[in-house]
Amino acid sequence: MRKLKEGIIEKLILICGLASIFFVVLIFLFLLKEGLSVFKTVNPFNFLSGKNWYPISEPPQLGILPLILGSFLVTIGASIISIPIGVACAIYIAEIAPGNIKEVLKSGIELLAAIPSVVLGFIGMVTLVPWVKAVFHLPTGLTALSGAIMLAFMAMPTIVSIAEDALYSIPKSYKEGAFALGATHWQTIWRVMLPAASSGILAAIMLGIGRVIGETMAVMMITGNAAVIPHTILQPVRTLTATIAAEMGEAVVGSEHYFALFAIGIVLFIISFAINVGADLFLHRKKT
Amino acid sequence: MRNSKRSQSIAFFFLFLSTLLIVVPVGLIVVIIIIKGIPAINWQFIFDIPRQGMRAGGIFPAIIGTIYLVTGAIIFALPIGLLAAIYLSEYARDNFLTRIIKLAIINLSGVPSVVYGLFGLALFVVFFKFGASILSGSLTLGIMILPIIITTSREALESVPQSFREVSLSLGASKWQTIRHIVLPNAIPGILTGTILGLGRAAGETAPILFTVAAFYLPRLPKSIFDQAMALPYHLYVISTQVPNVDEKIRYGTALVLLMLVLSMNLVAIIIRYKFRKKKKW
Repeated sequence: MRKLKEGIIEKLILICGLASIFFVVLIFLFLLKEGLSVFKTVNPFNFLSGKNWYPISEPPQLGILPLILGSFLVTIGASIISIPIGVACAIYIAEIAPGNIKEVLKSGIELLAAIPSVVLGFIGMVTLVPWVKAVFHLPTGLTALSGAIMLAFMAMPTIVSIAEDALYSIPKSYKEGAFALGATHWQTIWRVMLPAASSGILAAIMLGIGRVIGETMAVMMITGNAAVIPHTILQPVRTLTATIAAEMGEAVVGSEHYFALFAIGIVLFIISFAINVGADLFLHRKKT
Repeated sequence: MRNSKRSQSIAFFFLFLSTLLIVVPVGLIVVIIIIKGIPAINWQFIFDIPRQGMRAGGIFPAIIGTIYLVTGAIIFALPIGLLAAIYLSEYARDNFLTRIIKLAIINLSGVPSVVYGLFGLALFVVFFKFGASILSGSLTLGIMILPIIITTSREALESVPQSFREVSLSLGASKWQTIRHIVLPNAIPGILTGTILGLGRAAGETAPILFTVAAFYLPRLPKSIFDQAMALPYHLYVISTQVPNVDEKIRYGTALVLLMLVLSMNLVAIIIRYKFRKKKKW
Protein backbone atom coordinates (compact mmCIF):
# COMPACT_ATOMS: atom_id res chain seq x y z
CA MET A 1 0.00 0.00 0.00
CA ARG A 2 2.74 2.40 0.98
CA LYS A 3 4.68 1.39 -2.13
CA LEU A 4 1.67 2.26 -4.29
CA LYS A 5 1.12 5.60 -2.61
CA GLU A 6 4.75 6.55 -2.99
CA GLY A 7 4.75 5.40 -6.59
CA ILE A 8 1.85 7.75 -7.30
CA ILE A 9 3.54 10.64 -5.51
CA GLU A 10 6.78 10.11 -7.41
CA LYS A 11 4.90 10.07 -10.71
CA LEU A 12 3.22 13.33 -9.69
CA ILE A 13 6.60 14.85 -8.86
CA LEU A 14 7.95 13.82 -12.25
CA ILE A 15 4.93 15.33 -14.02
CA CYS A 16 5.35 18.62 -12.18
CA GLY A 17 9.06 18.54 -12.94
CA LEU A 18 8.18 18.48 -16.60
CA ALA A 19 5.56 21.23 -16.18
CA SER A 20 7.90 24.05 -17.17
CA ILE A 21 8.71 22.38 -20.49
CA PHE A 22 5.02 21.79 -20.99
CA PHE A 23 4.13 25.46 -20.35
CA VAL A 24 6.89 26.87 -22.60
CA VAL A 25 5.70 24.61 -25.43
CA LEU A 26 2.06 25.43 -24.69
CA ILE A 27 2.73 29.18 -24.79
CA PHE A 28 4.53 28.87 -28.11
CA LEU A 29 1.85 26.62 -29.62
CA PHE A 30 -0.98 28.93 -28.65
CA LEU A 31 0.87 31.96 -30.00
CA LEU A 32 1.39 30.05 -33.26
CA LYS A 33 -2.20 28.83 -33.35
CA GLU A 34 -3.59 32.37 -33.16
CA GLY A 35 -0.74 34.27 -34.78
CA LEU A 36 -0.02 32.27 -37.92
CA SER A 37 -3.51 33.00 -39.34
CA VAL A 38 -2.39 36.53 -40.13
CA PHE A 39 -0.05 35.18 -42.79
CA LYS A 40 -3.04 34.14 -44.88
CA THR A 41 -3.59 37.83 -45.65
CA VAL A 42 -0.09 39.26 -45.43
CA ASN A 43 3.10 37.39 -46.19
CA PRO A 44 5.71 37.18 -43.41
CA PHE A 45 8.17 39.40 -45.25
CA ASN A 46 5.67 42.23 -45.73
CA PHE A 47 4.53 41.80 -42.14
CA LEU A 48 8.04 42.35 -40.81
CA SER A 49 9.10 45.05 -43.26
CA GLY A 50 5.83 46.87 -43.95
CA LYS A 51 6.08 50.55 -43.10
CA ASN A 52 2.44 51.11 -42.21
CA TRP A 53 0.62 49.89 -39.15
CA TYR A 54 -3.05 50.76 -39.68
CA PRO A 55 -4.73 47.66 -38.27
CA ILE A 56 -8.29 48.98 -38.35
CA SER A 57 -8.35 50.71 -41.73
CA GLU A 58 -10.12 48.97 -44.61
CA PRO A 59 -8.24 46.91 -45.79
CA PRO A 60 -5.94 46.79 -42.75
CA GLN A 61 -2.27 47.54 -43.31
CA LEU A 62 -0.23 45.27 -41.11
CA GLY A 63 3.44 46.22 -41.29
CA ILE A 64 5.27 46.11 -38.00
CA LEU A 65 8.49 47.84 -39.09
CA PRO A 66 7.61 51.06 -37.19
CA LEU A 67 7.03 48.99 -34.05
CA ILE A 68 10.25 47.02 -34.48
CA LEU A 69 12.17 50.26 -34.98
CA GLY A 70 10.42 51.75 -31.95
CA SER A 71 11.47 48.81 -29.78
CA PHE A 72 14.95 48.89 -31.33
CA LEU A 73 15.47 52.62 -30.72
CA VAL A 74 14.31 52.46 -27.12
CA THR A 75 16.40 49.34 -26.48
CA ILE A 76 19.57 50.85 -27.97
CA GLY A 77 19.06 54.01 -25.91
CA ALA A 78 18.46 52.03 -22.74
CA SER A 79 21.51 49.84 -23.39
CA ILE A 80 23.83 52.80 -23.92
CA ILE A 81 22.76 54.20 -20.56
CA SER A 82 22.39 51.04 -18.52
CA ILE A 83 25.38 48.91 -19.56
CA PRO A 84 28.21 51.20 -18.38
CA ILE A 85 26.37 52.40 -15.28
CA GLY A 86 25.12 48.93 -14.37
CA VAL A 87 28.49 47.23 -14.78
CA ALA A 88 30.20 50.06 -12.89
CA CYS A 89 27.73 49.67 -10.04
CA ALA A 90 28.31 45.91 -10.00
CA ILE A 91 32.08 46.48 -9.73
CA TYR A 92 31.57 48.99 -6.93
CA ILE A 93 29.33 46.62 -4.97
CA ALA A 94 31.46 43.53 -5.56
CA GLU A 95 34.91 45.06 -5.04
CA ILE A 96 34.95 48.42 -3.36
CA ALA A 97 31.97 48.98 -1.06
CA PRO A 98 32.69 48.06 2.58
CA GLY A 99 30.61 45.30 4.19
CA ASN A 100 27.59 47.06 5.62
CA ILE A 101 27.28 49.65 2.82
CA LYS A 102 27.38 46.76 0.39
CA GLU A 103 24.31 45.23 2.05
CA VAL A 104 22.47 48.58 1.92
CA LEU A 105 23.28 49.01 -1.78
CA LYS A 106 22.18 45.48 -2.56
CA SER A 107 18.86 46.02 -0.77
CA GLY A 108 18.44 49.25 -2.74
CA ILE A 109 18.85 47.35 -6.01
CA GLU A 110 16.45 44.63 -4.81
CA LEU A 111 13.97 47.33 -3.90
CA LEU A 112 14.12 48.66 -7.46
CA ALA A 113 13.47 45.19 -8.83
CA ALA A 114 10.39 44.90 -6.62
CA ILE A 115 8.69 48.15 -7.69
CA PRO A 116 5.84 47.29 -10.11
CA SER A 117 6.43 48.60 -13.62
CA VAL A 118 3.12 50.46 -13.64
CA VAL A 119 4.28 52.44 -10.60
CA LEU A 120 7.55 53.31 -12.35
CA GLY A 121 5.55 54.28 -15.43
CA PHE A 122 3.38 56.57 -13.32
CA ILE A 123 6.42 58.17 -11.66
CA GLY A 124 8.02 58.55 -15.09
CA MET A 125 4.91 60.36 -16.35
CA VAL A 126 4.92 62.89 -13.54
CA THR A 127 8.67 63.49 -13.21
CA LEU A 128 10.76 62.31 -16.17
CA VAL A 129 8.37 63.27 -18.99
CA PRO A 130 7.98 66.98 -17.98
CA TRP A 131 11.74 67.12 -17.45
CA VAL A 132 12.55 65.80 -20.94
CA LYS A 133 10.00 68.20 -22.39
CA ALA A 134 11.55 71.21 -20.64
CA VAL A 135 15.21 70.32 -21.26
CA PHE A 136 14.81 69.72 -25.00
CA HIS A 137 12.04 72.30 -25.59
CA LEU A 138 9.72 69.72 -27.10
CA PRO A 139 5.98 69.88 -27.72
CA THR A 140 5.68 66.67 -25.71
CA GLY A 141 7.93 64.83 -23.30
CA LEU A 142 6.45 61.47 -24.27
CA THR A 143 9.42 60.39 -26.37
CA ALA A 144 11.72 57.47 -27.08
CA LEU A 145 14.31 59.17 -24.90
CA SER A 146 12.03 59.18 -21.83
CA GLY A 147 11.31 55.52 -22.46
CA ALA A 148 14.99 54.72 -22.88
CA ILE A 149 15.93 56.42 -19.59
CA MET A 150 13.15 54.66 -17.69
CA LEU A 151 13.97 51.29 -19.24
CA ALA A 152 17.68 51.71 -18.51
CA PHE A 153 16.68 52.18 -14.90
CA MET A 154 14.48 49.09 -14.97
CA ALA A 155 17.23 46.94 -16.49
CA MET A 156 19.65 47.82 -13.68
CA PRO A 157 18.66 45.16 -11.13
CA THR A 158 19.18 42.40 -13.70
CA ILE A 159 22.51 43.73 -14.96
CA VAL A 160 23.92 44.61 -11.53
CA SER A 161 23.00 41.41 -9.72
CA ILE A 162 24.16 39.01 -12.44
CA ALA A 163 27.38 40.95 -13.18
CA GLU A 164 28.10 41.12 -9.45
CA ASP A 165 27.66 37.35 -9.18
CA ALA A 166 30.08 36.92 -12.07
CA LEU A 167 32.71 39.13 -10.40
CA TYR A 168 32.15 37.46 -7.06
CA SER A 169 32.69 33.96 -8.42
CA ILE A 170 36.21 34.67 -9.77
CA PRO A 171 38.75 32.64 -7.76
CA LYS A 172 40.51 34.70 -5.08
CA SER A 173 43.90 33.56 -6.39
CA TYR A 174 43.50 35.69 -9.55
CA LYS A 175 43.25 38.83 -7.49
CA GLU A 176 46.01 37.83 -5.10
CA GLY A 177 48.29 37.02 -8.01
CA ALA A 178 47.74 40.47 -9.53
CA PHE A 179 48.34 42.20 -6.19
CA ALA A 180 51.51 40.18 -5.67
CA LEU A 181 52.80 41.48 -8.99
CA GLY A 182 52.38 45.02 -7.68
CA ALA A 183 49.19 45.98 -9.55
CA THR A 184 46.90 48.54 -7.92
CA HIS A 185 43.35 47.53 -7.04
CA TRP A 186 41.97 49.31 -10.12
CA GLN A 187 44.54 47.73 -12.44
CA THR A 188 43.55 44.36 -11.00
CA ILE A 189 39.87 45.03 -11.62
CA TRP A 190 40.41 46.38 -15.13
CA ARG A 191 43.04 43.94 -16.41
CA VAL A 192 42.30 40.76 -14.44
CA MET A 193 38.83 40.64 -12.92
CA LEU A 194 36.80 42.11 -15.79
CA PRO A 195 38.31 39.83 -18.47
CA ALA A 196 37.89 36.83 -16.16
CA ALA A 197 34.25 37.68 -15.56
CA SER A 198 33.54 38.70 -19.15
CA SER A 199 31.21 35.87 -20.09
CA GLY A 200 29.12 36.38 -16.93
CA ILE A 201 28.98 40.12 -17.56
CA LEU A 202 27.97 39.51 -21.15
CA ALA A 203 25.15 37.27 -19.92
CA ALA A 204 24.11 40.03 -17.50
CA ILE A 205 23.96 42.53 -20.35
CA MET A 206 21.96 40.17 -22.55
CA LEU A 207 19.42 39.45 -19.83
CA GLY A 208 19.18 43.18 -19.10
CA ILE A 209 18.40 43.81 -22.77
CA GLY A 210 15.86 41.01 -22.66
CA ARG A 211 14.16 42.75 -19.77
CA VAL A 212 14.10 46.01 -21.75
CA ILE A 213 12.57 44.47 -24.88
CA GLY A 214 9.88 42.70 -22.88
CA GLU A 215 8.92 45.59 -20.63
CA THR A 216 5.39 46.74 -21.35
CA MET A 217 3.51 49.01 -18.98
CA ALA A 218 6.08 51.69 -18.16
CA VAL A 219 7.10 51.97 -21.79
CA MET A 220 3.51 52.27 -22.92
CA MET A 221 2.86 55.06 -20.44
CA ILE A 222 5.82 57.26 -21.31
CA THR A 223 6.84 56.79 -24.95
CA GLY A 224 3.83 58.49 -26.51
CA ASN A 225 2.49 55.52 -28.49
CA ALA A 226 2.83 56.79 -32.03
CA ALA A 227 3.15 53.90 -34.46
CA VAL A 228 5.28 55.77 -37.00
CA ILE A 229 8.86 55.23 -38.08
CA PRO A 230 10.96 57.34 -35.69
CA HIS A 231 13.68 59.61 -37.07
CA THR A 232 15.16 60.90 -33.83
CA ILE A 233 15.16 59.78 -30.24
CA LEU A 234 13.15 62.87 -29.30
CA GLN A 235 10.03 61.63 -31.06
CA PRO A 236 7.16 59.57 -29.70
CA VAL A 237 7.47 55.89 -30.60
CA ARG A 238 5.56 52.72 -29.97
CA THR A 239 7.16 49.42 -29.07
CA LEU A 240 6.08 45.88 -29.94
CA THR A 241 4.97 45.19 -26.39
CA ALA A 242 3.03 48.44 -26.00
CA THR A 243 1.18 47.76 -29.27
CA ILE A 244 -0.15 44.46 -27.97
CA ALA A 245 -1.10 45.91 -24.60
CA ALA A 246 -2.76 49.00 -26.04
CA GLU A 247 -4.69 47.39 -28.89
CA MET A 248 -5.68 43.90 -27.77
CA GLY A 249 -8.49 45.29 -25.65
CA GLU A 250 -10.19 46.68 -28.77
CA ALA A 251 -9.33 43.93 -31.25
CA VAL A 252 -12.21 41.59 -32.07
CA VAL A 253 -11.39 37.95 -31.34
CA GLY A 254 -10.77 36.24 -34.69
CA SER A 255 -10.16 39.44 -36.67
CA GLU A 256 -7.00 40.11 -38.65
CA HIS A 257 -6.02 42.69 -36.08
CA TYR A 258 -6.28 40.05 -33.34
CA PHE A 259 -4.16 37.58 -35.33
CA ALA A 260 -1.59 40.28 -36.11
CA LEU A 261 -1.16 41.10 -32.42
CA PHE A 262 -0.52 37.42 -31.72
CA ALA A 263 2.02 37.39 -34.55
CA ILE A 264 3.80 40.25 -32.75
CA GLY A 265 3.69 38.01 -29.67
CA ILE A 266 5.48 35.29 -31.69
CA VAL A 267 8.20 37.79 -32.63
CA LEU A 268 8.64 38.77 -28.96
CA PHE A 269 8.67 35.16 -27.82
CA ILE A 270 11.37 34.25 -30.33
CA ILE A 271 13.51 37.27 -29.36
CA SER A 272 13.26 36.48 -25.64
CA PHE A 273 13.92 32.78 -26.29
CA ALA A 274 17.07 33.58 -28.26
CA ILE A 275 18.33 36.00 -25.61
CA ASN A 276 17.73 33.60 -22.73
CA VAL A 277 19.27 30.60 -24.43
CA GLY A 278 22.25 32.73 -25.51
CA ALA A 279 22.76 34.12 -22.00
CA ASP A 280 22.50 30.63 -20.55
CA LEU A 281 25.21 29.41 -22.90
CA PHE A 282 27.51 32.18 -21.69
CA LEU A 283 26.78 31.45 -18.04
CA HIS A 284 27.26 27.76 -18.63
CA ARG A 285 30.60 28.22 -20.36
CA LYS A 286 31.88 30.04 -17.31
CA LYS A 287 31.33 27.01 -15.11
CA THR A 288 33.25 24.47 -17.15
CA MET B 1 53.29 54.73 -9.56
CA ARG B 2 51.65 58.00 -8.61
CA ASN B 3 49.93 58.01 -11.97
CA SER B 4 48.38 54.62 -11.42
CA LYS B 5 47.25 55.68 -7.94
CA ARG B 6 45.58 58.72 -9.42
CA SER B 7 43.83 56.81 -12.17
CA GLN B 8 42.60 54.44 -9.49
CA SER B 9 41.05 57.31 -7.51
CA ILE B 10 39.39 58.67 -10.65
CA ALA B 11 38.07 55.26 -11.64
CA PHE B 12 36.73 54.53 -8.17
CA PHE B 13 35.06 57.93 -8.09
CA PHE B 14 33.18 57.12 -11.31
CA LEU B 15 32.20 53.70 -10.03
CA PHE B 16 30.82 55.34 -6.91
CA LEU B 17 28.98 57.94 -9.00
CA SER B 18 27.35 55.22 -11.12
CA THR B 19 26.16 53.47 -8.00
CA LEU B 20 24.63 56.68 -6.69
CA LEU B 21 22.93 57.22 -10.07
CA ILE B 22 20.97 54.02 -9.48
CA VAL B 23 20.41 54.00 -5.75
CA VAL B 24 19.48 57.66 -5.23
CA PRO B 25 16.57 57.70 -7.72
CA VAL B 26 15.22 54.49 -6.18
CA GLY B 27 15.13 56.17 -2.78
CA LEU B 28 13.64 59.33 -4.28
CA ILE B 29 10.85 57.42 -6.05
CA VAL B 30 9.80 55.69 -2.85
CA VAL B 31 9.98 58.93 -0.83
CA ILE B 32 8.02 60.95 -3.42
CA ILE B 33 5.24 58.36 -3.55
CA ILE B 34 5.03 58.16 0.23
CA ILE B 35 4.99 61.95 0.76
CA LYS B 36 2.48 62.71 -1.98
CA GLY B 37 0.39 59.60 -1.40
CA ILE B 38 -0.11 59.77 2.35
CA PRO B 39 -2.58 62.71 2.29
CA ALA B 40 -4.93 60.59 0.16
CA ILE B 41 -4.93 57.64 2.52
CA ASN B 42 -7.89 57.48 4.85
CA TRP B 43 -10.58 55.04 5.87
CA GLN B 44 -12.85 55.97 2.99
CA PHE B 45 -10.09 55.70 0.37
CA ILE B 46 -9.26 52.13 1.37
CA PHE B 47 -12.74 50.80 2.09
CA ASP B 48 -15.05 52.63 -0.32
CA ILE B 49 -15.93 51.83 -3.91
CA PRO B 50 -14.77 54.29 -6.61
CA ARG B 51 -17.28 57.05 -7.33
CA GLN B 52 -17.83 59.69 -10.04
CA GLY B 53 -15.99 57.75 -12.75
CA MET B 54 -13.05 56.98 -10.44
CA ARG B 55 -12.50 60.66 -9.64
CA ALA B 56 -13.66 60.24 -6.07
CA GLY B 57 -14.36 57.55 -3.53
CA GLY B 58 -12.03 54.67 -2.76
CA ILE B 59 -10.22 51.74 -4.28
CA PHE B 60 -11.65 48.85 -2.25
CA PRO B 61 -12.77 46.70 -5.23
CA ALA B 62 -9.29 47.00 -6.76
CA ILE B 63 -7.64 45.91 -3.52
CA ILE B 64 -9.99 42.94 -3.17
CA GLY B 65 -9.55 42.04 -6.84
CA THR B 66 -5.79 41.96 -6.45
CA ILE B 67 -6.06 39.81 -3.31
CA TYR B 68 -8.30 37.32 -5.16
CA LEU B 69 -5.95 37.18 -8.14
CA VAL B 70 -2.85 36.71 -6.05
CA THR B 71 -4.49 34.02 -3.93
CA GLY B 72 -5.67 32.18 -7.03
CA ALA B 73 -2.23 32.40 -8.61
CA ILE B 74 -0.51 30.94 -5.56
CA ILE B 75 -3.06 28.12 -5.14
CA PHE B 76 -2.20 27.10 -8.69
CA ALA B 77 1.54 27.76 -8.71
CA LEU B 78 2.69 26.62 -5.27
CA PRO B 79 1.87 22.89 -5.52
CA ILE B 80 3.22 22.56 -9.06
CA GLY B 81 6.25 24.72 -8.34
CA LEU B 82 7.09 22.91 -5.12
CA LEU B 83 6.80 19.45 -6.66
CA ALA B 84 8.88 20.61 -9.63
CA ALA B 85 11.52 21.87 -7.20
CA ILE B 86 11.48 18.54 -5.36
CA TYR B 87 11.96 16.78 -8.67
CA LEU B 88 14.95 18.94 -9.59
CA SER B 89 16.60 18.79 -6.19
CA GLU B 90 15.88 15.18 -5.14
CA TYR B 91 15.24 13.10 -8.24
CA ALA B 92 16.76 14.71 -11.33
CA ARG B 93 20.03 13.29 -12.58
CA ASP B 94 22.57 15.38 -14.39
CA ASN B 95 21.33 14.53 -17.86
CA PHE B 96 19.90 16.06 -20.99
CA LEU B 97 16.33 16.11 -19.69
CA THR B 98 17.32 18.06 -16.60
CA ARG B 99 19.20 20.52 -18.77
CA ILE B 100 16.10 21.04 -20.90
CA ILE B 101 13.93 21.54 -17.80
CA LYS B 102 16.32 24.18 -16.47
CA LEU B 103 16.39 25.91 -19.84
CA ALA B 104 12.58 25.88 -19.92
CA ILE B 105 12.46 27.51 -16.47
CA ILE B 106 14.88 30.23 -17.61
CA ASN B 107 12.78 30.85 -20.69
CA LEU B 108 9.57 30.91 -18.72
CA SER B 109 11.02 33.64 -16.51
CA GLY B 110 12.18 35.58 -19.56
CA VAL B 111 8.91 35.58 -21.52
CA PRO B 112 7.65 39.20 -21.65
CA SER B 113 4.70 39.78 -19.34
CA VAL B 114 2.46 40.94 -22.17
CA VAL B 115 3.06 37.63 -23.97
CA TYR B 116 1.70 35.89 -20.87
CA GLY B 117 -1.32 38.11 -21.32
CA LEU B 118 -1.74 36.93 -24.92
CA PHE B 119 -1.29 33.31 -23.87
CA GLY B 120 -3.87 33.65 -21.09
CA LEU B 121 -6.27 35.23 -23.52
CA ALA B 122 -5.84 32.48 -26.14
CA LEU B 123 -5.88 29.52 -23.73
CA PHE B 124 -8.08 30.40 -20.77
CA VAL B 125 -10.38 33.15 -22.05
CA VAL B 126 -11.01 31.91 -25.60
CA PHE B 127 -10.07 28.20 -25.79
CA PHE B 128 -11.37 27.07 -22.38
CA LYS B 129 -14.14 29.70 -22.55
CA PHE B 130 -13.53 30.94 -19.00
CA GLY B 131 -14.07 34.45 -20.35
CA ALA B 132 -12.36 37.45 -18.81
CA SER B 133 -12.53 36.27 -15.23
CA ILE B 134 -10.64 35.94 -11.97
CA LEU B 135 -10.02 32.31 -12.89
CA SER B 136 -8.31 33.17 -16.21
CA GLY B 137 -6.28 35.96 -14.62
CA SER B 138 -5.16 33.82 -11.69
CA LEU B 139 -4.04 30.96 -13.90
CA THR B 140 -2.12 33.34 -16.16
CA LEU B 141 -0.38 34.97 -13.20
CA GLY B 142 0.21 31.51 -11.70
CA ILE B 143 2.15 30.31 -14.74
CA MET B 144 4.08 33.58 -14.75
CA ILE B 145 5.32 33.19 -11.15
CA LEU B 146 6.04 29.47 -11.51
CA PRO B 147 9.76 30.01 -12.32
CA ILE B 148 10.24 32.19 -9.21
CA ILE B 149 8.70 29.54 -6.97
CA ILE B 150 10.60 26.66 -8.58
CA THR B 151 13.97 28.44 -8.41
CA THR B 152 13.71 29.64 -4.80
CA SER B 153 12.20 26.38 -3.51
CA ARG B 154 14.88 24.38 -5.25
CA GLU B 155 17.60 26.47 -3.63
CA ALA B 156 15.95 25.95 -0.25
CA LEU B 157 15.74 22.18 -0.74
CA GLU B 158 19.30 21.92 -1.99
CA SER B 159 20.63 23.84 0.99
CA VAL B 160 19.47 21.05 3.33
CA PRO B 161 22.67 19.07 4.02
CA GLN B 162 23.06 15.74 2.29
CA SER B 163 23.88 14.07 5.64
CA PHE B 164 20.29 14.68 6.86
CA ARG B 165 18.99 12.58 3.98
CA GLU B 166 21.59 9.88 4.48
CA VAL B 167 20.76 9.48 8.18
CA SER B 168 17.05 9.25 7.45
CA LEU B 169 17.56 6.70 4.67
CA SER B 170 19.92 4.62 6.83
CA LEU B 171 17.22 4.41 9.50
CA GLY B 172 15.03 2.65 6.96
CA ALA B 173 12.87 5.55 5.84
CA SER B 174 11.82 5.53 2.20
CA LYS B 175 12.84 8.28 -0.18
CA TRP B 176 9.46 9.99 -0.01
CA GLN B 177 9.35 9.73 3.81
CA THR B 178 12.77 11.34 3.93
CA ILE B 179 11.64 14.19 1.69
CA ARG B 180 8.33 14.60 3.52
CA HIS B 181 9.64 14.48 7.11
CA ILE B 182 13.27 15.58 6.90
CA VAL B 183 13.98 17.67 3.81
CA LEU B 184 10.74 19.66 3.49
CA PRO B 185 10.48 20.87 7.13
CA ASN B 186 14.05 22.13 6.97
CA ALA B 187 13.41 23.94 3.70
CA ILE B 188 10.13 25.61 4.75
CA PRO B 189 11.57 29.12 5.40
CA GLY B 190 13.22 29.20 1.98
CA ILE B 191 10.08 27.97 0.28
CA LEU B 192 8.03 30.57 2.13
CA THR B 193 10.41 33.30 0.99
CA GLY B 194 9.99 32.23 -2.62
CA THR B 195 6.23 32.03 -2.29
CA ILE B 196 5.99 35.54 -0.88
CA LEU B 197 8.28 36.92 -3.59
CA GLY B 198 5.99 35.27 -6.13
CA LEU B 199 2.96 36.86 -4.46
CA GLY B 200 4.60 40.28 -4.67
CA ARG B 201 5.39 39.82 -8.34
CA ALA B 202 1.84 38.69 -9.12
CA ALA B 203 0.35 41.61 -7.20
CA GLY B 204 2.32 44.19 -9.17
CA GLU B 205 1.97 42.90 -12.73
CA THR B 206 -0.41 44.61 -15.11
CA ALA B 207 0.18 43.26 -18.61
CA PRO B 208 -0.85 39.63 -17.92
CA ILE B 209 -4.22 40.69 -16.49
CA LEU B 210 -5.05 43.31 -19.13
CA PHE B 211 -7.05 40.97 -21.36
CA THR B 212 -7.69 38.09 -18.98
CA VAL B 213 -9.54 39.64 -16.06
CA ALA B 214 -9.16 43.37 -15.53
CA ALA B 215 -12.29 45.47 -15.49
CA PHE B 216 -11.94 49.13 -16.39
CA TYR B 217 -14.55 50.32 -13.93
CA LEU B 218 -16.57 47.93 -11.80
CA PRO B 219 -17.71 49.62 -8.63
CA ARG B 220 -18.73 46.46 -6.80
CA LEU B 221 -17.01 43.40 -5.44
CA PRO B 222 -16.62 40.32 -7.67
CA LYS B 223 -19.20 37.61 -6.95
CA SER B 224 -17.45 34.46 -8.15
CA ILE B 225 -14.25 33.33 -9.81
CA PHE B 226 -16.00 33.68 -13.17
CA ASP B 227 -16.56 37.37 -12.57
CA GLN B 228 -14.35 40.15 -13.87
CA ALA B 229 -12.56 42.22 -11.26
CA MET B 230 -10.69 45.46 -10.87
CA ALA B 231 -7.05 45.16 -9.82
CA LEU B 232 -4.72 47.69 -8.23
CA PRO B 233 -2.00 47.90 -10.90
CA TYR B 234 -4.52 48.13 -13.73
CA HIS B 235 -6.51 50.70 -11.78
CA LEU B 236 -3.38 52.83 -11.41
CA TYR B 237 -2.78 52.56 -15.14
CA VAL B 238 -6.37 53.52 -15.91
CA ILE B 239 -6.54 56.55 -13.65
CA SER B 240 -3.15 57.85 -14.75
CA THR B 241 -3.60 57.49 -18.52
CA GLN B 242 -7.18 56.74 -19.49
CA VAL B 243 -9.34 58.97 -17.32
CA PRO B 244 -8.82 62.75 -17.57
CA ASN B 245 -9.00 65.09 -14.59
CA VAL B 246 -8.36 62.61 -11.85
CA ASP B 247 -7.12 64.37 -8.75
CA GLU B 248 -3.36 63.83 -8.48
CA LYS B 249 -3.86 62.86 -4.84
CA ILE B 250 -5.90 59.81 -5.84
CA ARG B 251 -3.21 58.69 -8.30
CA TYR B 252 -0.45 58.99 -5.74
CA GLY B 253 -2.64 57.33 -3.11
CA THR B 254 -3.28 54.35 -5.39
CA ALA B 255 0.43 54.12 -6.27
CA LEU B 256 1.26 54.21 -2.57
CA VAL B 257 -1.15 51.41 -1.66
CA LEU B 258 0.19 49.23 -4.48
CA LEU B 259 3.81 50.00 -3.65
CA MET B 260 3.31 49.29 0.05
CA LEU B 261 1.51 46.04 -0.69
CA VAL B 262 4.38 44.82 -2.88
CA LEU B 263 7.18 46.15 -0.70
CA SER B 264 5.72 44.78 2.52
CA MET B 265 5.60 41.33 0.94
CA ASN B 266 9.24 41.68 -0.07
CA LEU B 267 10.12 42.89 3.41
CA VAL B 268 8.45 39.88 5.02
CA ALA B 269 10.39 37.61 2.65
CA ILE B 270 13.66 39.34 3.56
CA ILE B 271 12.94 39.05 7.29
CA ILE B 272 12.15 35.34 7.03
CA ARG B 273 15.35 34.76 5.09
CA TYR B 274 17.38 36.75 7.59
CA LYS B 275 15.96 34.96 10.65
CA PHE B 276 16.45 31.62 9.00
CA ARG B 277 20.10 32.36 8.24
CA LYS B 278 20.72 33.31 11.84
CA LYS B 279 18.99 30.23 13.21
CA LYS B 280 20.58 27.79 10.82
CA LYS B 281 22.87 25.48 12.76
CA TRP B 282 24.56 23.50 10.04
